[in-house]
Amino acid sequence: MTSAGQLRHATVVQGMNRMPGLLKFGSFLALLFLPALAMAAGGAEIQAMSVEYRDVPGIGSRNLVWVVAQQHLLLAGFVLGVPIFAWICELVGWKTKEQRYDKLAKEFTKLLTSAYATTALFGGILLFLLIGLYPKLMAYLTDMFFPSFLVYCLLFLLETATLYMYWYGWDYMQGNKKTFHLFLGFLLNLFALGIMIVPNSWATFQASPVVVGEGDAWARAWMAMQNPTWWPVNIHRLIANVVLGGFIVGAYAGVRYLLAVSREEREHYDWMGYVGNFIGVFGMLPLPFAGYWLMREVYQYNQQMGITLMGGFLAWLFILQAMLIGVLFLGANYYFWMGITHRIPGSEGQYKKPVMGMLIVLLLCLGVWMTPHSLVASLAEAQKMGGTHHPLLGVFGVMSAKMTVSNIMILVTFMSFIMYWRAGKQETAGWAKAAKAIMGGLLVIAGIAVVVLGVWGYFVPAIIRINYFSVAQVLIVLFIMVTFTPLTALLMKSAKTTTEMVWGKMPIRAGYSLVLNAVMVILLMSLMGYARSSSRVHWHIYGVMRDTSDYAYSPALGYAAAFMSLNTFVFCLIVAFIFWVATLGDKAKAQPPKGSTMEIPGHTAPAMAGGAPSSGEKLE
Amino acid sequence: MKSPIISGAIILAGMFIFLKFLLPLVTAPLPASLIYLYLALVLSGILIYGTMSAPSLEAMMGPIFRFLSGKGQTGAGQMARLAVLVMFPLLVGWQTYSRLVPSDLPPAENRTIHPAPPGEFVGLSNPYPKTPENIMMGKGLYAAYCSPCHGANYDGKGPAAPGFNPPPANFSDPGTIAQLQEAYLFWRIKKGGVGLPVEGMPWKSAMPRWEEELPEEFIWKIIMGEYDGAHQSPRTWEEEEE
Repeated sequence: MTSAGQLRHATVVQGMNRMPGLLKFGSFLALLFLPALAMAAGGAEIQAMSVEYRDVPGIGSRNLVWVVAQQHLLLAGFVLGVPIFAWICELVGWKTKEQRYDKLAKEFTKLLTSAYATTALFGGILLFLLIGLYPKLMAYLTDMFFPSFLVYCLLFLLETATLYMYWYGWDYMQGNKKTFHLFLGFLLNLFALGIMIVPNSWATFQASPVVVGEGDAWARAWMAMQNPTWWPVNIHRLIANVVLGGFIVGAYAGVRYLLAVSREEREHYDWMGYVGNFIGVFGMLPLPFAGYWLMREVYQYNQQMGITLMGGFLAWLFILQAMLIGVLFLGANYYFWMGITHRIPGSEGQYKKPVMGMLIVLLLCLGVWMTPHSLVASLAEAQKMGGTHHPLLGVFGVMSAKMTVSNIMILVTFMSFIMYWRAGKQETAGWAKAAKAIMGGLLVIAGIAVVVLGVWGYFVPAIIRINYFSVAQVLIVLFIMVTFTPLTALLMKSAKTTTEMVWGKMPIRAGYSLVLNAVMVILLMSLMGYARSSSRVHWHIYGVMRDTSDYAYSPALGYAAAFMSLNTFVFCLIVAFIFWVATLGDKAKAQPPKGSTMEIPGHTAPAMAGGAPSSGEKLE
Repeated sequence: MKSPIISGAIILAGMFIFLKFLLPLVTAPLPASLIYLYLALVLSGILIYGTMSAPSLEAMMGPIFRFLSGKGQTGAGQMARLAVLVMFPLLVGWQTYSRLVPSDLPPAENRTIHPAPPGEFVGLSNPYPKTPENIMMGKGLYAAYCSPCHGANYDGKGPAAPGFNPPPANFSDPGTIAQLQEAYLFWRIKKGGVGLPVEGMPWKSAMPRWEEELPEEFIWKIIMGEYDGAHQSPRTWEEEEE
């Protein structure tokens, strides 16, 4: 461990002295174009000698940075997640020749320009706040990571240029130019990935710093970037961004569906809600695996940090996490099940029993996931239980149980989607019966195997459970997903449609459930962002640079939860503002000419006010 | 067809009876926090299933809405509605009052059983080889110093255990020492209850500070004996070589 006395507060100039000539030139250019950064680095050096911290009266420096950093991160998740969503939709539209996918992709790319500017704005505010409020820390990080700052700036320039070409060239690059437009979309996501992983290395270095050996500035920055939690966080955030993008699109569609007044609008936004929910759910399925890998790396890096998170005072955050994920799983499945009931007329009776079965399994799993290891109990209750650890239900509190139920919930959600896919269709292939029997058998075997491994996990050393049993559980679930998806696709290719899917008939609660899912994802990101950050406890850089400010303590969980809620609320307001601004033009186009008394055909009241697709119908 | 409201009420009441009265017949009673959590899950399940389709929504919520709106109600129906409208806020008020009224009972705890160990105890490994002699010595030391509380069978049921609240840890439970590394046990045994960090509050551990009585060698050997006697293995990052 490096002691505080050994900390190096070298200047940017010192850092640059170690660079080769060409790199110096690059640095000079970057500083020329980014005076703010140059001032930051240089200023930090001067300030670090005299001032270690500054405070903000009233709200406090830590709280202010907390709110701004969280907003920046959520917005970044949005602007990195939505292009993935848009590109996938554009690709699907190009392959299937269905124009509605292209229209959907374009509708969301339009949001990116305003969202991108807002994200950059919060990023700038965060940078200024960090430089002003935490000069000592920023001087250290600048010294360590300065070359990566340049890479980050370069990526930003490339991302911005690509985004402009991608958005403004949409209509121009149709027809035979479409493949180039798709390539631009790919580049956009590639640069976005770079923009995400570079600052991730700064944040993960703070949590899991590594010993940085001798070398030039680039070599040292690269060594610092390759810390143990960098890639687990990168993968986790990448998947989470897809989930956020999908569910925010779903929420947008949900709100527009509730406000829709014409049949066409209802059909379009109902379909958009389905696509958003689908992408959100498919991103959500591998997310627990990525989270598990991250926590495994945290434990392996530092047992103390792992215990603080999973067994210590932050452990309660994981019970809240279970609740939020539970609501998300229930909300996503509820939306699928309502889709079967309302979009495929006559299928309600057919799927009633399987839906009930799935719901019961989900609730049982959620009950296990939400059961804490040590229970909240009064003195009298604890005396009766023999402590805060229940002799029977206490077994649900450990990882073996949590891993098992999360895998089962993923399986159930996947099967909800398969059921939705198959609803209203009749397989005609000769091998359909055999395929369905094999799939049913595999599903039962997989479910039993996951449970058996989970129970067995209590009777083997932890390392055997972590290295083999948990991995086997994940592989079993992935095996089901990768075999069932193409098999079902083959079955559906030759299937005949018995009932056409009807869009625009979903009840209004479907719109609300889409909004709920998005809010749950934002809350989850705020919650786990806090957990990851506060696992450093009283260290700016874990074990290297101690937090010696007045705020070197962990806030009470209730206080932290209030800030998470505030962050979620503020982010929802910002997103609503972005959506509102981006759709102003559409509204203007939809308005009848001033002074005109002509009614727009098909317009009635919005769905949320009891309006219906056509007279004689009513949305519940 | 049975009314979904009645079915839902029966399921909720049945679950409450099971959790509150039937389960304690075979195990320890559940705390209220857990019972409410499970009931909330059951209620959400009932609502999800009941609102899936238009007919089920009408069957579940229709009578409730009609009753609360009071349309076309006369006599007993009207009185029942009034009674509900008066009783519901009173119930909420009573609940709020009983939560806020000063009481001599301590508040419910969200105790952190496994606080993070101090840095100097992280990453330590048992310096003594796992030989039959060392394990036997550890078991002997355990019998002398630990078993009065933690029990001869490593199950937390020693002769002195009934005197403690919370009771001594049950090492044979896979949720206790099997989840921890040897270094963690070394810290807990060496520093005892008084050595718990701030995040371990409220400090409710009668564990003695054994560093004042036992040399470190004895503590490491006790740990070895504990794991062997409880048929558990310490948490490690490396698989043991055969």
